Parts: sequence; C-alpha cells; structure tokens
Amino acid sequence: MRRFSFLVFRALCTLCAVLVPCLVLVLMGYLFRRGLPELGLDLLFGRADPLDAVLGRVPVWDGLWPACVGTFWLVVLTVLLAVFPGVGCGIYLSELASPRQKRILGAAVDMLAGMPSIVMGLFGFMLILLLRRTVLPDANTGLLLAAGCLALLVLPVLTASAREAMAAVPDSLRLAAAACGFSRAQALFHLFLPAAARGILGGVVLAVGRAAEDTAVILFTGVVANAGLPSGLLGKFEALSFDIYYISSQYQDQQELLRGFGAATLLLVISCLLLAAARVLERGFRKKWQTKA
Amino acid sequence: MRNAEVSIRPGGRSGEAGLAVIRLAVALAMAGMVLLFLMVVAFALPAFVQGGGGGPFSWSWAPGRGEFGILPMVAGSLLAGTLAVVPGWIMGLCLCCWLMAPECAGRPGPWRTLVGALVRVMTAIPTVVYGFAAVFLLAPVIRTGLGGSGFSCLTAVIMLSVLMLPTVVLVLQAGLGPRLDAVALTGAAMGLSRMELLWHLVIPASRGTLISAAVLGFGRAVGDTMLPLMLAGNAPVMPSSLLSSMRTLTAHMALVTSNEVGGAAYDSLFMAGLLLLVINGAVSLVIRRLGGRA
Repeated sequence: MRRFSFLVFRALCTLCAVLVPCLVLVLMGYLFRRGLPELGLDLLFGRADPLDAVLGRVPVWDGLWPACVGTFWLVVLTVLLAVFPGVGCGIYLSELASPRQKRILGAAVDMLAGMPSIVMGLFGFMLILLLRRTVLPDANTGLLLAAGCLALLVLPVLTASAREAMAAVPDSLRLAAAACGFSRAQALFHLFLPAAARGILGGVVLAVGRAAEDTAVILFTGVVANAGLPSGLLGKFEALSFDIYYISSQYQDQQELLRGFGAATLLLVISCLLLAAARVLERGFRKKWQTKA
Repeated sequence: MRNAEVSIRPGGRSGEAGLAVIRLAVALAMAGMVLLFLMVVAFALPAFVQGGGGGPFSWSWAPGRGEFGILPMVAGSLLAGTLAVVPGWIMGLCLCCWLMAPECAGRPGPWRTLVGALVRVMTAIPTVVYGFAAVFLLAPVIRTGLGGSGFSCLTAVIMLSVLMLPTVVLVLQAGLGPRLDAVALTGAAMGLSRMELLWHLVIPASRGTLISAAVLGFGRAVGDTMLPLMLAGNAPVMPSSLLSSMRTLTAHMALVTSNEVGGAAYDSLFMAGLLLLVINGAVSLVIRRLGGRA
C-alpha cells in the first residue's frame, strides 16, 4: 500500500513537472505570438509623430506612450519615497536592533509584506477622504498619492533585501573593523554599507518590478484611462498595468485589442528583465564575498 | 547577532549622526505602517456601530434598494482562496519534490535547471498579464468546453492556483531542502532514492512547512485583485456552482470605487478592507507561529 502511494506520488511529480511549465509557456507563448509583432514605434505613439510626442508637443491618443511615462514617473517616485525608510529599516534590523525590537519590527514588516496590495490602495483613498473632510476640501487622488501607497507596498521588499545583504557581510570584515577601533557608526557607514551595496541595489531593482506591475493600488489612487501625460505631482496619470486591464474589459475594436496584447507583452518583458537584473546583482554580490571571505 | 562577541565601542565617536538618520528611517516606516492600520480600522468602525438592516453584514448587495451586504463577497473570497489552494498546493509540492530529487543523484540536469528558472520567472509575471492572457485563452476554452460565460469561479480559481504556485514552491524548497540534505547521505547509503527519502521521511517530518506553504498560498489568493476582477464574472451573489459567476472582496472593492456610489457603499468598502486586513494579518500570525518565511 505504501509502495503504491509512493508510485502515485512519483507519477504526480513527473506530471506536474511537465504540466506546469507547459501551462506557463502556453500562456506566455500566446501573449508573445500576438504581442511581439505589435512592438514598435506605432505601439508607443500611434499616429502621432514620435519626436513631437516625446517632447510633449502632440498628445498621443492611440499609443502606449502616456502609459509608459506614467509608469516611469510612478516607479521613480515610489523608489524615491521607499528607499530611505525601507533600506534604513533593513539596516536597523540587521545591525542595531535589540532582539526584542527585532521581533516586533520584523513581525510588523512581515505583516506588511502579507497585506494585499488593494489594502494599500484603500489606505490612499481613505487618506484623500480624510483630507477632504478636514483641511483640504479639494484634495484629489494623483501621482504622488499613488507613489506613496506603492512605497508602502514595496517597503518590505527593500527591508528584506537590505537585511539579507547586511547579514551576508562576512565576519572577517566585522572583526577587522573592530580590531581597527572603528566605532559602530564608522564601521557601518564606511565598511559594511559599501560592502552590501550591490545586494541592496538588487533589492531596489526588485522593488521597481513590484511597483511597475501592481495594478490594484493605482486603481484606487488616481489612475485613469485617458489622462495623457501626467500634468504634475498631483495630476492624474496613466499606467501600463492599468491600460492592460482597461483594454481587456473595454476594448472596442481589433486595433485596440492588439494594443492590449502589445502592452501586456511589453510589461511582461520589462518585469522579466528587471528580475534578471536583480538576480545578476545578487549573484555578483554573493560571489564577491564568497571568494574574498 | 553575529558581532556579539566582537566588542565594538559604542557611541561617542564621529558618525553617530548617521545612526540617528537610520533611526529616523525606521520611525518613518513604522509611522507609515501604524497609520495604515489605524486608518483602515477607524474608517471601518462606523459600519460596526451602525449594525441593523442594510449594513455590511447581510447577504444582499443591491445599492438601488439600499442594501449593502458584503457577506456573499466574503464567502466568495474564502471559497476562491480555499479552492485555489488545493490544486496550487498539490502542484507546488509535486513540482518542488521533482526539482529537489534528480533521478541520477547529484546534479540537477538542464531540464530541472530550466524549470527552476521558470518558477523564478513566474514570481515576476504581473498578475494583470496573467489575467489578460486568461481572458483571451482560458475563458473561451471554458466557455466552449464546459458552458457558461467562461467568466466563472472555476476560471479565477485555476489562474489563482497558478499565481500562488511559485510562492508555494519557494517556501517548500526553503523548508524541505535543508532537511533533505541532512538525510541525503545516510539515505543514499541505504539505497534510497531522493524521491523515496522525500516521500517517506522528509515530508512526514515537515508538517509546519507544508502548512505554512498552504496558508501563504491562501493569503496570496485571497489578496489578489486583478485575477478575480478580470475572470470571475463579478455577480454579487453566492456562486451556486463552479461555473457560475462570483465576486470576491478584492474585486468588490475595485468595482465600488470605480462606480463611485458613495455613502453606504463606501462603508461596505471600508469593511471589506478591514476584513482583508484581518484575514491577511491572521495568515502572517499563523506563518510566524509555524516558523515559516513570510
């Protein structure tokens, strides 16, 4: 009987090993087959002249350019807002925290990591409602608010990677720092932080990926379908991920649908490239310290 | 901490300002988190206090008649999460075991390396891209094969189980890997293959890891917005069968904000947010208790 159940288990394992890659490859292959031919200047700019569109002289109505710009600014702002608290938290957890602080702060960050992204979006939405009722009656959702909420979303990613990178700094370096009479702060800022920089950077790249792909947060915080280029920090914006969702539910003609496939392919390619970049950084970081330490 | 035995002179020297900066960063992060939790709880409280008919805790969602019950969505979320965990967890466990147990003992072959890389790539695939592909690929298959509109509980559950798969695999790998390595040499000497070791020794001994992988997968499935929103059909009723339309809490929240009904509908929105917060907080607690990685 036990023998039989083992055989079933092994067959299942082999089955899954074939089934899962096939499933994913079919999904991705289908996207690529319909989306790759779309990639090109037309996808980004539609009928507008690329140069004029990039300079903002001509609005782009039938291309992904505004969405790309929106996503770009969103990601940049998110990273600007999240890097300082996120990485700081990671360094603190790894180097300075007492065991009790580690437990509490670690639990809080874990809990934040497990929160669904839509809760962050809801938080931004509530913030605007609160502002409207109190000090700013004409507050509205926009780019900065979305970036703030996304920053909360990617904070655990940054913290975890910074913590791991700091923990991977070899003991020999710590000993050397102590032997040279470095103070805790000197050792941290002049030795450990530069040593862990690549690992931390890998985490930042991962965070960029998370921020670029998320849709639920911006759904609540100011994304709209036809905003054009973002008008400023408080303006409405378009984003690649939201465009994909919007097109899938509201497309009116074949051309728009194909644009959706193009957008999905583009986002998929960007996400995969970011993941690859993060892996390369992390691997380089590990190799450096494994050979030297 | 590792440098406990190394005596580093504390304080008093240059650079202490930098430490204050790091403390400031922690304070900022903590302030953000506390604000998040406080806001979600505070906004949901009035709905608790109000109670009575038409409030969030009823089974009927009909804004036109002033009924704002979200219980069907709660049931939908829990149902989708539970249903998705079963195939997701089984597939994850099998895939993980297959990845860790090469037939010719020793190095993983090229096929295993490739599948392992694919699982990592899966963590990076945006959910909205999954949803987009499924709308045009899976939904028509279900419509022609099984009937209905194609946008059903089943469609969403299938994609949710795919979505949670890499999470489950990575958690299991982190938990089972070291245990397998610990018995690998002894097992090999006794003539057991790695697969046999996994099935007879490692898996029975790793209940905590197995449960935390399932719980984490459940949390991901319940928390995801785009897949249910794009695939489940979004009718605000209890699904009567796998092929009927369904609405989850997350999709409900997205729909309510985009339709801007205002007033009591927003109360249900805040309540849904609080419920999601509670569900996922509970998931984090369970994982922490079990000692798995979040």
